[in-house]
Formats: sequence, C-alpha cells, structure tokens
Amino acid sequence: MAEKMSFEQGLARLDEIVRHLEKGDLPLGESLALFEEGTGLLNTCNQMLEEAEQKVVKLRKGADRQPEELPFEDET
Amino acid sequence: MDRQALSVSELNQYVKTLMDRDAMLSSVSVRGELSNYKIYPSGHHYFTLKDSESSLRCVMFRSSAAKLRFRPENGMSVTVSGRVSVYLRDGAYQLTCTSIMPEGQGDLQVAFEQLKQKLSEEGLFDPAHKKKLPPFPGRIAIITSSAGAAVHDMIRILGHRWPMTKLLLLPVRVQGVEAPPEIAGAIRYANEFQIADLIITGRGGGSMEDLWAFNDERVARAIYASQIPVISAVGHEPDVTISDYVADRRASTPSNAAEIAVPDWREMRELLEGYGIRSRQAVEKELRTLSQRLEALQSKRVLRDPSVYLDNRRMDLDRMRDRLLSAQERALANKRQRFVGLGASLDAMSPLRVLSRGYTVTSSLSGDPVRHVADLNPGDRVRVRFYDGAADCRVETVQEGV
Repeated sequence: MAEKMSFEQGLARLDEIVRHLEKGDLPLGESLALFEEGTGLLNTCNQMLEEAEQKVVKLRKGADRQPEELPFEDET
Repeated sequence: MDRQALSVSELNQYVKTLMDRDAMLSSVSVRGELSNYKIYPSGHHYFTLKDSESSLRCVMFRSSAAKLRFRPENGMSVTVSGRVSVYLRDGAYQLTCTSIMPEGQGDLQVAFEQLKQKLSEEGLFDPAHKKKLPPFPGRIAIITSSAGAAVHDMIRILGHRWPMTKLLLLPVRVQGVEAPPEIAGAIRYANEFQIADLIITGRGGGSMEDLWAFNDERVARAIYASQIPVISAVGHEPDVTISDYVADRRASTPSNAAEIAVPDWREMRELLEGYGIRSRQAVEKELRTLSQRLEALQSKRVLRDPSVYLDNRRMDLDRMRDRLLSAQERALANKRQRFVGLGASLDAMSPLRVLSRGYTVTSSLSGDPVRHVADLNPGDRVRVRFYDGAADCRVETVQEGV
C-alpha cells in the first residue's frame, strides 16, 4: 500500500487517524492498531520527503501530437 | 477667358498631383476627436477627425488597421498620422492614416483597459470560475521561455520547496507576434493531454510592450478555458496583466508562483511531527485512563481476595434461607391459628354441650330424631338421650302446643 500511496493521501489518512485517536472512543486494540498504522505512515511520508529528487523534463510534441519528454538542459 | 476648360477629372488629378508633391502633406500628424467611426467588411476603417470648428475625412486601410492594438471609439482624442491626398471620384481630400494613437496614454494602455473591460463584462474574471489549486501537485506544467531567468528561478524554488513535484517545461516564445498563439496553444495542449495538475505561465520582467503577450485575448481565453488550474506569473510585482485577472491565481513574479504552487517540505515535516506527537499523546492518554481504571478496580477487596466473593454469596444464601424459613413458619402459624378457631366454634356448636346444660334429645329407637310432637303417638317407644346416657321410654299421652 505504501508504494502506491501519494504524500497527500498519506497526510489525509494521518489526519484521520490522529482525529480518531484523539476522540478516544475506540477499544484499546483498535487504538493501538491505528497508532501503529499512523507511525508507519509517518515514516513513509518522512521518507518521501527525504528521498524526493526533483525531476525536470522538457515536453515536445511528438508523433501524433503525443507529448514526448526530453531532458531539460540549462540554456542560459 | 478663352482658356480651354478642363474636365472634372483633369482638375481633380491636377490638385491631387499638387498635394502629392507636397512634403508636409505626405507625412502629417493631426490631433482631433474621432467621430463617425465605421469598419467596413472590406477591413478598411472610415472616420471623421474633428475639432470644435472643423472636420477632416479619414480612411485607414485594412493593412494599417490590422496593426491597431486598441479599438478606436467615437469621442476618443487621438493623434492620427498619414498622408493627405485627393479621392478622385469625389474630388474630396482625405487623410489616409497609417496609425492612430490615443491622446494622453499609450495605445497599449488603452488596449489593456478595453480588453479588461470586455473580458470582465463577459465574466472571465469571475471569482466563482476560479479553480482551487491542488495542495500537492504531482506534476506542474511550466509554460514560458526555456531561456531566461524566470524558468530557472521557478525550477530552483520548486525543487527547494517540494522536490516531489515533477516539472514539465513547455517552451514557448513569450514576446513578439508569435508569443500569444504559442502560449495559448501550450495551455490547450496541456489540457488536451492532461499532462499536469497545475500550470504556471508567465515570464520575467520587462516593458509593457515585452509583457504584451499576456495581455492578449487569445491567451486570456485559453487560460479561462483551462480545466487545469493556472497560475499567472508575469513580470515584477507592480505589473498586472490580463492573464493575471483571468488566471485562477496571480503570482507577483515567477518566483512567487513557485512559492504558491507547492508547500515547503520543512513545514510539511513539522506538520508530520505534529501528527506524531498528537497520536502518541492520544494513545498515552488512553493508556493512562485505562490503567487508572484498572487501579481503581484493583483496589476493591473483591479483586484482591476472591474468597470474599464466595463468602458474600454464601451470606446471601443464608439470608435467603432465613427469609424462606420464616415465611414458611409464618404460614404454618397462620394455619394453626385458624384451626384452633375452627375447633372452638365446632365445640360451641356441639349438641353434647347443649345436653350438658340439661337438655335432652328424643329419637326413635332406630336413631331418627323426633322433631315434632305430632310425629308421636301414645305407645310409641322413643329413646331420650341425656348428656351422659340414654333412656328408652314409652309415650303415654301426646299434647300438642305448650
């Protein structure tokens, strides 16, 4: 799941989890399971921040007008 | 007097030749107010230039009119440049204009105000039409010149703040007559192939002339039609273009657009830390509450010494038994009481008790009681029962009534 999840989705789920936990109306088992999920999400999101590397491409109209990605070189 | 008369054409041609030869008339600028402005299907513009006392017929041919950047309107004070010549057919002279410049402000300024008003009336600036920017765009299309500082500033700042976003550069010219169709085309292309979640279009600073492509109606309409949210980022802080008004969001500069487009990962990390702290606190609080409840329970004797429970139940049982027993006894006593009462009444009604007071009972020898004197005849034998015995007797006489 973590691989397909976007940062945004992770953040939304985290928000949901924290709200649930703060409400405090869950059986202990569920709370702990949520807590564990939240901790996992935090790690995943932090990792996304750590490992992100900017990708820049130049787009060109290719065959059939389809977009074609080219490396972007500095032109200055 | 005998001079040969000229034809009308000859005279008009003569005047025309004279005027065409005049240096001043061949290149003249005239100030006045536009009136009776008409655009013909041919593309030629016809109007009258006038002041308080006089008027001048003017024509602007299609090729010159196409270069007009603003829309001439009646009543506008303008300076018109061109050449004065004769229109042979009418024998009238007119000014053939090559340019019209608004008085006071530049033609670009006038064009800007006119387009702004027109598009505003059409609702292109309507805040209700503006789309929300995605909070975490996965892909941003940057539509600008691939040379120049603007694109580099944007790439640098976007990478610094949020390197997770992929940047797709659509290089276009941002200046000159080719610029507006290229920019508008790139915006439509980005939408057609859904290449991004957000578009930034703009350029670095320059003169109003330099920024003019972003005041073009075609660009404005392409931005308006875009399904992908658009940030307009043109020039420096004080420069405002039509694109800025139409775009979903205006950035004061290209760098500012990069700041608006993505969050800063440092802030995001703080947010994540906040979530971590909050969830830990929530779970800790819950555990604390639970352990407090547990302690409270443990402090009760029943949990410390299980035999207490059994003892208590045993006591309950005893109490129950007592209650049952006493209930039974009460019922019995009741019955006994009633029995004794009954015995007493039975005793009171016993004939033997009556006999003991001196009465006797008469019956036949077979034991049938004799209730009426009329049942007896002299000579009958009867048995008389006493309290303590019986005597068999013979009836001597019978006397009815006492």
